[in-house]
Amino acid sequence: MLVSEHVRLAKDIEELVSRYGRGREALIPILQEVQRKYAHISSHAMQVIADQLDIHPVEVHSVVSFYAFLNARAQGRFVIRLCRTISCDMAGKDRVARQLENDLGIKFGETTPDSKFTLEWANCLGMCDQGPALLVNDQVYTAVTPEQVHEILEQCRRTFSPHALAAQEQHHV
Amino acid sequence: MISSRKGNLTFSTVAPEAGLKAALARSRSELIGEISASGLRGRGGAGFPTGVKWNLAGSARSGDKYVVCNADEGEPGTFKDRLILAEFADLLFEGMTIGGYAIGARKGLLYLRGEYTYLRPGLEATLEKRRKAKLLGKKVLGMEGFDFDIEIRMGSGAYVCGEETALIESLEGHRGEPRNRPPFPVDTGFEGRPTIVNNVETLAWAACIAAKGAAWFKKIGTEKSAGPKLFSVSGDCSRPGVYEFPLGITVAQLLKEVGGEKAKAVQVGGASGRCVPAPQFARTLAFEDIPTGGSIIVFGAQRDMLRVLKNFMEFFVDESCGQCTPCREGNVKLLEGVELLEKGRCSMAYLQDLCRLGETMQLASKCGLGQSSPTPFLSIVQCFQDELMGRTN
Repeated sequence: MLVSEHVRLAKDIEELVSRYGRGREALIPILQEVQRKYAHISSHAMQVIADQLDIHPVEVHSVVSFYAFLNARAQGRFVIRLCRTISCDMAGKDRVARQLENDLGIKFGETTPDSKFTLEWANCLGMCDQGPALLVNDQVYTAVTPEQVHEILEQCRRTFSPHALAAQEQHHV
Repeated sequence: MISSRKGNLTFSTVAPEAGLKAALARSRSELIGEISASGLRGRGGAGFPTGVKWNLAGSARSGDKYVVCNADEGEPGTFKDRLILAEFADLLFEGMTIGGYAIGARKGLLYLRGEYTYLRPGLEATLEKRRKAKLLGKKVLGMEGFDFDIEIRMGSGAYVCGEETALIESLEGHRGEPRNRPPFPVDTGFEGRPTIVNNVETLAWAACIAAKGAAWFKKIGTEKSAGPKLFSVSGDCSRPGVYEFPLGITVAQLLKEVGGEKAKAVQVGGASGRCVPAPQFARTLAFEDIPTGGSIIVFGAQRDMLRVLKNFMEFFVDESCGQCTPCREGNVKLLEGVELLEKGRCSMAYLQDLCRLGETMQLASKCGLGQSSPTPFLSIVQCFQDELMGRTN
């Protein structure tokens, strides 16, 4: 990581601490924001957060490793989570999964080499009457068909421009 | 995404803030008495009497108390809370405020599952609107001495956080590992303070009861399972979605309403619920017969029940928090057993061993996740043994 990035991260975390406080209950909201902005929670970020909250970094790591939406490993700009639970399974999630793998050239659990997409399984997304369902970051897609996969990925690519990214970050942190 | 709403819901007939106004016109003990008299039981599935819970927290002596709304709707096949959060948020917040008044809390926390992050902007806007209308904040509706506000906290993708003590651990910034109970949250909850943890639907019904009275609620449903209930219906039926039915409805009646008459089985209560085969469709959905949080998954004649079971067991292996041994190891063993059945290589003796293991997990697991995770295994093995044994693929 570049020194300037370290500085930026430290500044962001300080800002989050001033918003959420230094209490233990602030830990998860802070981790969620760091995850959102940096697409993962690096060991350096965990150390900085631990220092700010005056807890051991292992405490931070134990929380990060517990939750499916917090990740120590870098994820893509777009995290695609396909629901694999029973109703979406019966509605044909296997074919959608196959097409996602085909169009992205990666398997579930992997990130594309350009760091744009991460493909993951999700457990029940609560869209059981409209399956197969998937999330792209926070956005939900329902009744997805294999041929729609391409268009969903294209939509992501269209929003992934330097301008769109800057606007997104301003909005979130 | 289209609305999941099917048919008429009571929630859309209740006048805005009628419940809150009626609640604040009563004393706290009268209000809790009203909720108790209605017979309302927890709509998340456990069915604990809401009035008892409120009374315990209400009579606890503490300066700080909390109302926590459990919006960590993670049970497979359940999506009725999503509908309430998206379409009846005011009623839900009204219910939380009524709960706050009843137990003497100043703060409410809505624990929203990470998968529902897209609902958050709408919920925040509703909260802001309510603050401006003096329905939240200092002196709610001008009532001296009743300050109450609500904050939204996000989950991060952990099914076990739907268990109330795991949820509290998560709110406090820890891994979502369930605590031993007792002590119960009503005396040792969030930050060690008396806390009521209620499901989204329970709180919405509490607001309806405050508005329409206990007698109205009590005369719907059965003696032990009062009131209407939302059902999340999915799977092999022609009209999936969210329905309101009185508790005590039979499986057959429900299937007729949703266009699933040809089902060979129904999973009631999600992955942690039980599989009900066609010969038992005359049974009722009520706490005294088949208890449920409202998840109904319909299986048509063509469905392979082993594939269904495998899906459930994979879910539990993934979602077990790993804290206690029966759940962490037991679910893995049950899944391995399903894989043996898939290959057609499971002896009857071993299958019976696995069933005994399942019964041990029900007894020995620390929380509801491990106690209920063997339920689909046991019920599907019992009802569909001839479909499972001796497969040759």
